[in-house]
Amino acid sequence: MRYLFLFVALTVANAAVASEGMVILQKRCVSCHEISGPAAQSVQELWQRKGPDLFYAGSKYNAEWLKKWLVKPRRIRPAGHHPIQHIQPGKKRDMVDTTTLRPHPALSPSDAEEVTEALMKLKASAEMMGTAVFKGGSISASFGEMVFDKFNGCMACHEIEPGYGGLSGPEVYTAAKRYQADYLVSFITDPQAWNPKTPMPNKHVSAANIQKIVQYLQALAKENWDEKK
Amino acid sequence: MRKNKLFLTLFVSLLMLSSAAWSDDAEDNYKNYCWQCHGMTGDGMGLNVQDMSVQPRDHTSAKAMGGRSDADLFKVIKEGGLAIDKSVLMPPWRDSLSDDEIHGLVKYLRKLCQCG
Repeated sequence: MRYLFLFVALTVANAAVASEGMVILQKRCVSCHEISGPAAQSVQELWQRKGPDLFYAGSKYNAEWLKKWLVKPRRIRPAGHHPIQHIQPGKKRDMVDTTTLRPHPALSPSDAEEVTEALMKLKASAEMMGTAVFKGGSISASFGEMVFDKFNGCMACHEIEPGYGGLSGPEVYTAAKRYQADYLVSFITDPQAWNPKTPMPNKHVSAANIQKIVQYLQALAKENWDEKK
Repeated sequence: MRKNKLFLTLFVSLLMLSSAAWSDDAEDNYKNYCWQCHGMTGDGMGLNVQDMSVQPRDHTSAKAMGGRSDADLFKVIKEGGLAIDKSVLMPPWRDSLSDDEIHGLVKYLRKLCQCG
């Protein structure tokens, strides 16, 4: 009987600790992030979402990176979450209106830990994940860049190093630090399964080249970009 | 009984609405997918052009757009630049847009270039 009481007490205590992060999420994050799903079903609905959907965060982010980033957030998307809300015509091309970009709030280390723990429990459905997974391996940065840029044109929207590449998509030189390898494979394979209205196209990259692209992203992420900036 | 049928029909309709992605209008689709490279005004000078090896087409130019048939425009939006022997930088949008939405974009492009 005593053991049963102890078990129940521990379970309740554990649930209380686990829900602390969810309380913070509900209080501080849901005004910008969707944590229950589904993804936006129209372009207008997409534009109303101020930050990335988090209802599959546990299948997307690397926990260690997430925990650190929440304490010291840094811009990942040079033109904001929805570039159309942060650009204006310039002399040579459309330019980012940096005055409209807002910094992400920083959390205390303990809150970041709680929130990360709660987010890592939010998993993607099997339909979103699909069946493709990262098979490991490595590639040289130069060959990887050929696959990424020359063969598939991904650099049109993504920076492969600070200040080099497209600005509408998130930087990719830190992507492998931020994201799980299986998520990267899955998202490149079928972006619309994750977000039907994402501006990221399905370029129908071959399965073999998707593996090479993720290997390339891992090679890029080995650089210490914060030091180089 | 009739009431039950009405509720069932309403329920199924709502379910279908919630599970199917909306068909968006051409202007919203142009902003969401095309602006990033072709520009806010459609002049081909979008946010991403700085490091592009091939410049995006100027959709406001009757000269640049006039030589393309509606079928060509439909094909390049749906299947990407390589489908008409153009740049790999123009992606295929068939997984993002329905055929109806692509037809809508072709009409929108004709308004931008005032041609065709």
